[in-house]
Amino acid sequence: MFKFEEIKKSLIAAVWFMFFTFPIMVIKVNTVEDVIEWRWINLIAIGVGVFFLSFLWRYLLERQKLGRKKKEKSVSGQEDKRKFALNRELFQQKNVKLPSISALVILVAAFPFIVSMYQTNIMITALMYVMLGLGLNIVVGLGGLLHLGYVAFYAVGAYSYALLNYHFGLNFWICLPIGAGLSTLFGILLGIPVLRLRGDYLAIVTLAFGEITRLVLENWNDFSFGPSGIANIPRPGFFGIDMSLQQVTNYIYFLMIGLTVLTIFVVNRLENSRIGRAWVALREDEVACQAMGINTTRTKLTSFALGALWAGLAGVMFAAKTTFINPASFTVWESILVLCIVVIGGMGSSIGVLVGAVIIILLPEYLRAFSEYRLLLFGLILVLMMVFRPGGIIISKRRVYKFEEKQKETA
Amino acid sequence: MAPVIEVNNVSMDFGGLRAVDRFNLKIEEKEIVALIGPNGAGKTTLFNCVTGVYAPTEGDILVTSPGSKTEKITGMRADRITEKGLARTFQNIRLFQNMSVLENVMIGRHCRMKAGILGAVLRDKKTREEEERVVHESYEILKKIHLDMYVNELAKNLPYGAQRRLEIARAMATDPFLLLLDEPAAGMNPQETRELDDLIVKIRDTENITIFLIEHDMNLVMSLSERIYVMDYGELIAEGPPAKIKSDRKVIEAYLGEEVDA
Repeated sequence: MFKFEEIKKSLIAAVWFMFFTFPIMVIKVNTVEDVIEWRWINLIAIGVGVFFLSFLWRYLLERQKLGRKKKEKSVSGQEDKRKFALNRELFQQKNVKLPSISALVILVAAFPFIVSMYQTNIMITALMYVMLGLGLNIVVGLGGLLHLGYVAFYAVGAYSYALLNYHFGLNFWICLPIGAGLSTLFGILLGIPVLRLRGDYLAIVTLAFGEITRLVLENWNDFSFGPSGIANIPRPGFFGIDMSLQQVTNYIYFLMIGLTVLTIFVVNRLENSRIGRAWVALREDEVACQAMGINTTRTKLTSFALGALWAGLAGVMFAAKTTFINPASFTVWESILVLCIVVIGGMGSSIGVLVGAVIIILLPEYLRAFSEYRLLLFGLILVLMMVFRPGGIIISKRRVYKFEEKQKETA
Repeated sequence: MAPVIEVNNVSMDFGGLRAVDRFNLKIEEKEIVALIGPNGAGKTTLFNCVTGVYAPTEGDILVTSPGSKTEKITGMRADRITEKGLARTFQNIRLFQNMSVLENVMIGRHCRMKAGILGAVLRDKKTREEEERVVHESYEILKKIHLDMYVNELAKNLPYGAQRRLEIARAMATDPFLLLLDEPAAGMNPQETRELDDLIVKIRDTENITIFLIEHDMNLVMSLSERIYVMDYGELIAEGPPAKIKSDRKVIEAYLGEEVDA
């Protein structure tokens, strides 16, 4: 690895970078005093930085190649499988599984009482994105339909609570199912004409749909109050008890935890069912899917509608949490953010989405010091992900079935 | 007893190109029938018309499931045709690459299952039993095709011959009475081809499935099939048992070619 050849390669890269970035990094015209500043220290920093980064880059590539070779070598994968099985079994064992789960439950339950309200609020936002991510995961990760207008369903949920409350005074608990239902309906309505498209075309049309929804909300003043939005949306009530802001925040936090757990539960069950398998098959090969007797239109519609359902729920929660909504909260950027959560976390994997949401929503909050470079870092992470781990952080695993002597399913 | 499948004057146009030209064919129950012809003759297009990938420009396709009435399937959606009992494999393997072997077969049983969204979420007794039954049945099918050692392997990791066999297993899982195989032996070595020969006969004999296949491996075609249809430029040029086809002037000209010492 540390051969002269490698060092030479990195040195050349470093020199090139020093040369190319020379005009921007070293020369600076000070317009106040009309002098040119030569910042030679920057040049050295770039040289050293590029030298080590190129080393790291090639080291990672090398490792990836090695990993691939290893996989090829062990076609039956005896060694690998045993290692893998051990990793899994560790969490299957009772004395590891029980304590780790109970520790997690205690941590989650105690979280809002340990940290400040500000932290709780961040966590609520993160959980909302977990829900959105899990919903989109049904459409993108399982169904393989690239959907760039997901935020429209989020908006439908949020606006249905806000408007129903404004006009008819309906409370949160009534609006939660109504919002989910309305956005599911929207999903079906959009799905019927759009789902005959595939791949890129579907992406473009859904992108347009997302934008149209936002523009309608922005311009139809009589209906949605335009860009000024709707304020004073009540927070969720708890049997009519008056609560302080702190209590309400904690309450919303637990509500979100409940909804997230419900989402994970439902998505997991769907995944390993007849319908979930059909979704994955659809992602893999549409023609073969049809030849196997799967109604592709209906399968696509269910994935679209179920994805929209979770967006609707998250939307109602969002309106209830912020108490104020306007179209600015539902831009394309939100759609892309949710898509990034799914892709980075791991398409088709619920735990992956959980991890992805935590990384993408929480990291920027805690790395406020680097806020200027946020998008730069974001882009860098995405590129590195696509090169080194295209399957996402947590790659979804297919279910393993075990057959005993009598060939009965046990797993 | 009506023939299992009857193709009447079926034509398929792509713009100005007539890929299949007034084709006729009849297959009786439990027959093994081959369709041969040069590349681009329209064999796969005919398959696609029968299985609903394309709707034929003209003509009728009638199927009769053993013990039920004759039905017209012309222009029906592919998944409906599969439900009726026609299953197919593909010329270029189209497995669900990132699903396990067992799951690939379970997908085949999809149209024979009933569980809906609510059932999947609540996982009630009926759904659980159905799921368990399908896992069991799928495993039995894999055993028949000798793929049971790969149950949990991803389809894409299988050796080539096994992938071809998995396609057949997947098609069989849909409970067909007619199995359409599009070049099942393509890319197989002689050993694998012989095994395939036995397998196809076994499927016909034990499962009572009628077999209709496209194939270029003449040894396999001649030993396996009871009747052969020969197609060239979308038209039927000959039909009959292997011996007759081998000596047919037109077929030799269009496809088989002269033997050196003949």
